[in-house]
Amino acid sequence: MTDVNLERGYRRVLSGVNFTVAAGELWQLAGANGVGKTSLIRALAGLVKIGLEGEIVCNVSLLYQGHALALKPLLTAEENLQFHPSGGVSREREAINHALETVGLAGYETQPVNQLSAGQQRRVGLARLWLDDARLWLLDEPFTAIDVVGAALLESRITEHVADGGSVIFTSHQDSRFGEALQTLDLARYAP
Amino acid sequence: MPPNSAQYYSDQLRRHLRSGLRRPGDLLNPILFFLMVITLFPLGLGPSPEQLSALSAGLFWVVALLSNLTISGRLFAADYEDGSLEQLIMSPHSTALTALTEVAAHWLFSGVILAIVSPVFAAMLQMPTTAVGTLVVALLLGTLVLSLIGAIGAALTVGLHRGGTLLSLLVVPLYVPVLIFGVGAVNEAAQGRDPSSWLALLGALAAMGLVLAPVAMGVGIKIAVDR
Repeated sequence: MTDVNLERGYRRVLSGVNFTVAAGELWQLAGANGVGKTSLIRALAGLVKIGLEGEIVCNVSLLYQGHALALKPLLTAEENLQFHPSGGVSREREAINHALETVGLAGYETQPVNQLSAGQQRRVGLARLWLDDARLWLLDEPFTAIDVVGAALLESRITEHVADGGSVIFTSHQDSRFGEALQTLDLARYAP
Repeated sequence: MPPNSAQYYSDQLRRHLRSGLRRPGDLLNPILFFLMVITLFPLGLGPSPEQLSALSAGLFWVVALLSNLTISGRLFAADYEDGSLEQLIMSPHSTALTALTEVAAHWLFSGVILAIVSPVFAAMLQMPTTAVGTLVVALLLGTLVLSLIGAIGAALTVGLHRGGTLLSLLVVPLYVPVLIFGVGAVNEAAQGRDPSSWLALLGALAAMGLVLAPVAMGVGIKIAVDR
């Protein structure tokens, strides 16, 4: 992205953001609350157009996971992944069940999502990462509301994706978990 | 158009239908609303069959309009809150057509059910029996138009605080043609004449709505998510 300026509600939050993400790179967008992490990641996903200046070029397939998980409360975990509105999720029942098993939800496949805990719902959302073949993942606060085991699982999945030549941009308040592979973009630098 | 688009749209339709069927009580609400309001008229206007019969077509359609207004305003609210709208914009498929699957599910659960039970309500309002068949057809077409118009309003106001009032202001004027043509068709049939020209007008509205409304919904949803 080149010379990106971003306004939210007539207030400029970011100006002059320049960065490039290559295949196999892992980026964390860091900064205090309100610095524009979510706004920037939504702009990268193409969801923000109003108040956006500059150029964002993306030539790979995207997966975006925001704060909201796009799960229907009355549908089961399995159905939610099967009919996911992103359309990018592979729909083989076996693959879905395997992904749910991987995120530790074996036995919950046919449970309506509103009967799962917040952390378990989060895990249903994250199961997408085992199903989707998008190359660039945009994850907004992926470590929210999941326990230590879940976080470790997510970390290993992200590491695997990056090793596989995929790229990940995520936001987090927490300190880096990934060691040297991680590159950090501190958004405080781009405050107007 | 991505190759598996048809599969995606049918999946989304199944998702809405399945979600709706999981809570069948919610599907009854519009019908109960209808029943309640319909029972108010004989109480308010007096039970004289002649008077009710003369007013029945108009009363029926006004209640249909209002009941549609109360439910269609929240059409995209759940999808907005749970992030589904963001994901469907991210998908390679058309936002407009995906929104149309949602309207289709909404119409099947509201308009079609209403059309099916409408003969009972028609009898309660002393509607002439010759008009009942026309009423069912007119309702099927008319509620589709109402749902499509309501969905445009819902897409434009989703995510707004107190979007409800704005929604009524936006949508009710657009409901007027349906009211006029719908009442026209039923009255024509009640007087033993051929209602097909009125039904054709409703059909034309439905066809136009099916083509134009998805475009407006798609744009409305994109703006709503960008807020």
